Amino acid sequence: MSDAILALDNVSKTFGRADKPVYAARSVSFGLHPGRTLALVGESGSGKTTAARLIMREYTPDEGQLLFRGTPLGKANAKALKAYRASVQMVFQDPFAALNPTHTIRYHLERPLRLHQPKLNSRERTAAIEELLTRVKLDPALLMPKYPHELSGGQRQRISIARALAVNPQVIVADEPTSMLDVSVRLGILNLLNDMKAQLGLALLYITHDIATARYVAEDIMVMYAGQIVEWGDTESVLTNPQHPYTRLLLSAVPDPDRRFSDTRFSEELNRIEFIRRQSALPQPETREVANNHFIRPMPE
Amino acid sequence: MTLFRQLLGNKKAMVGLTILLLIILVAIFAPFLTEYSPVKRVGRPHQAPSWEHWLGTTRLGHDVFARLVYGARVSLAVGFGAGLAITIIGTVLGIIAGYKGGVIDEVINFFTNMVLVVPNLPLLLVLAAFIGQASPLVIAVILGLTSWAWGVRVTRSETLSIRQRDYVKSAEMLGEPSWRIMAFEIFPNLISIVGINFIGSVIFAVITEATLEFLGLGDPNTVSWGIMLYNAQNASALSVGAWWDLLAPCFALAVLGLGLALINFAIDEIANPRLRTGGMLNRWTRMVRIGEGKL
Amino acid sequence: MTNPVLSIRNLNIDYIGAEKDFHAVKDVSFDIAPGEFFGLAGESGCGKSTIAFAVSRLHRPPALIRKGSQILVGGRDVLALDDNELRSFRWREVAMVFQSAMNSLNPVLTIETQFYDVLKAHSRISRAEARTRAAELLKLVDISPDRLTSYPHQCSGGMRQRIVIAICLALNPKLLIMDEPTTALDVVVQREILQRIDVLRKELGFSVLFITHDLGLMVQVSDRIGIMLEGELVEVNDAQTIYRTPQHAYTKRLWASMPKLHGEQIREGAKS
Repeated sequence: MSDAILALDNVSKTFGRADKPVYAARSVSFGLHPGRTLALVGESGSGKTTAARLIMREYTPDEGQLLFRGTPLGKANAKALKAYRASVQMVFQDPFAALNPTHTIRYHLERPLRLHQPKLNSRERTAAIEELLTRVKLDPALLMPKYPHELSGGQRQRISIARALAVNPQVIVADEPTSMLDVSVRLGILNLLNDMKAQLGLALLYITHDIATARYVAEDIMVMYAGQIVEWGDTESVLTNPQHPYTRLLLSAVPDPDRRFSDTRFSEELNRIEFIRRQSALPQPETREVANNHFIRPMPE
Repeated sequence: MTLFRQLLGNKKAMVGLTILLLIILVAIFAPFLTEYSPVKRVGRPHQAPSWEHWLGTTRLGHDVFARLVYGARVSLAVGFGAGLAITIIGTVLGIIAGYKGGVIDEVINFFTNMVLVVPNLPLLLVLAAFIGQASPLVIAVILGLTSWAWGVRVTRSETLSIRQRDYVKSAEMLGEPSWRIMAFEIFPNLISIVGINFIGSVIFAVITEATLEFLGLGDPNTVSWGIMLYNAQNASALSVGAWWDLLAPCFALAVLGLGLALINFAIDEIANPRLRTGGMLNRWTRMVRIGEGKL
Repeated sequence: MTNPVLSIRNLNIDYIGAEKDFHAVKDVSFDIAPGEFFGLAGESGCGKSTIAFAVSRLHRPPALIRKGSQILVGGRDVLALDDNELRSFRWREVAMVFQSAMNSLNPVLTIETQFYDVLKAHSRISRAEARTRAAELLKLVDISPDRLTSYPHQCSGGMRQRIVIAICLALNPKLLIMDEPTTALDVVVQREILQRIDVLRKELGFSVLFITHDLGLMVQVSDRIGIMLEGELVEVNDAQTIYRTPQHAYTKRLWASMPKLHGEQIREGAKS
């Protein structure tokens, strides 16, 4: 974690009342490294969205801390916070809600430039906008005057990415960036994220419930359940040799065209589902290394 | 603005805007439309409509048509003036309350509820009576200061729902200052609601001003449609058969209200595409009838 | 195919506009055999949901099923049914589960009352008999009968979806249409529900028309698959054949766009 540009250190966040707490995050620790993608997978309610919101500072941790370049964020002054905001950007799930319907594409890309590079004059700004649009493989002349409703879902998502890149961030949090796009468009967006990561040395946090795409983009993966990271490490190792019962359950349930219903392991797991869920939700501070760069929090039996 | 362009294509809007424009033009060009002064005695009392006096005369011998066209100025001025004030106060407070939340929201809500709970017309009656003969300006000010509460409610609730959207979060993450977010990210999405609120406030202001003056709380020396009603009522115009005295301002108010209401329906239709019927439904029904298809 | 449960021939559906019409479904024909699990796949706007709605005649203007279209369920001409016949046709011959079916349960009625409503509308049945039948049906979908007295908001999303499926099966329909029934659910719940449906259709013998955009799921669960593109049915075949040896260029492109969970990863063929 020492060279992680952004890290969560033992972060916990609880919602709800004292008698009915909801553990959105429990002792969550992970780091994002430049040039690498970390996938965060889990079902709804697992806490992956909470992790994103903690990073975007929509919530503050109840316990633990966020570290940016090694410095805890809680102690940061206003200047450091502004630098943080420019360094960490988000790409949202819903391409239709991510852009303001009353503003042109040009406006959407101009604002971040005005805010974070105020010294640019009008001509330089236009050049910067054109460069951003070209980078996300869109035609600047065609798209700058358009409004969001004139664009397709895939185009809108590219604009979202361009907007995130406009402030020269070091970290991008992509929260289910392709789940609301058509299948034939998804790969283009994922490839774009990969290219940007490679070219700009970005640290990418890729949040998804679609584990196959996580395998496509991420070197490392974390499986989350009930606010805890139950298994994490090298993507191939975790996906080909899952050790935690919940991960196994999840993987056997993922639609896999190569395996028909009858010949998968899911039927065996059916009886254990309730048990696995209950046990995996119990707090487990112990961690265990099961292979090189492959760890679990063992499920209490 | 695309809303404006869409308005121009909507039949209801066109009729409403035409009516409104006509009334505004009549008000502006009043001196050219009649040679009579609205406050000078120019004929015998209660003359029926004739070529000399298109809408007849009042009990004091004033030309009704002249009073009507000059009176339009006052009614429009109070209507739009108060309407603007009501809308601005309501919108600004509503957006701030909805976006900022917390203590600011509580405070604004508290005052809004207070103003909402007080019944509007009785309050206006008391205020107007207290002030004595309230000139149109005074009436406009009173209306502006007491009628904004409903607008705050509507704007605030719409703001609350927009506030959650990803593009607002994105602006916050970029570090946009709050005032910019409220003015440029949230407000442009509220234009339809604000527009409807504005037109509704204008209608309200026009009618309420006329009401107050009709009840005798206005300044009787003003030339406005409300005062015309007041005078006609005092002169028992209907009983003595001088129907033009009363009906002229009534009709004028009704037509103005109609024009504004049509514009409002049109804005609503444009903002909510599900309300649009028109061309599509006609074609569809025709095709079903000739057997080209079915549901 | 002899005696298909569903037979669609030359189906054309347009959405009528003020000036132009949108051709949502263009000359689509296919059959579903008794007991078959048929998947209709395609991206958004391809017309698959439009077809599903047409079979139950649930469309509203501006949708229009064009002259010359034919929809037969169990040999009966669905497009010729009048209102009364339609009422008995729905639920009894064909039942439909929607994507937001979880939200189509009446929030102010208990589960038991919802069953009773449907059963009573189609047969003379007493409250007690309805309760027994409802308990039976809930057992089919692995829900305990003491849920009968609950309200929808007291049940989880997955449970509500299963309740809707149970209600759909109440009158033993020949055809169950499911329009993205598990898209809003988590993958484990999705798997449980679909596995249940698979078992049930083998037991009870109904056919399933399954609509989704999740192609991997479709191959896993269907007997035959139809691929739709912009209103046209471009390929129809057994699931495994379509998966391993797709014929149409669009189908090939779809498979090339899906990252694989196991085995050799797809090449980054698609440009970014």
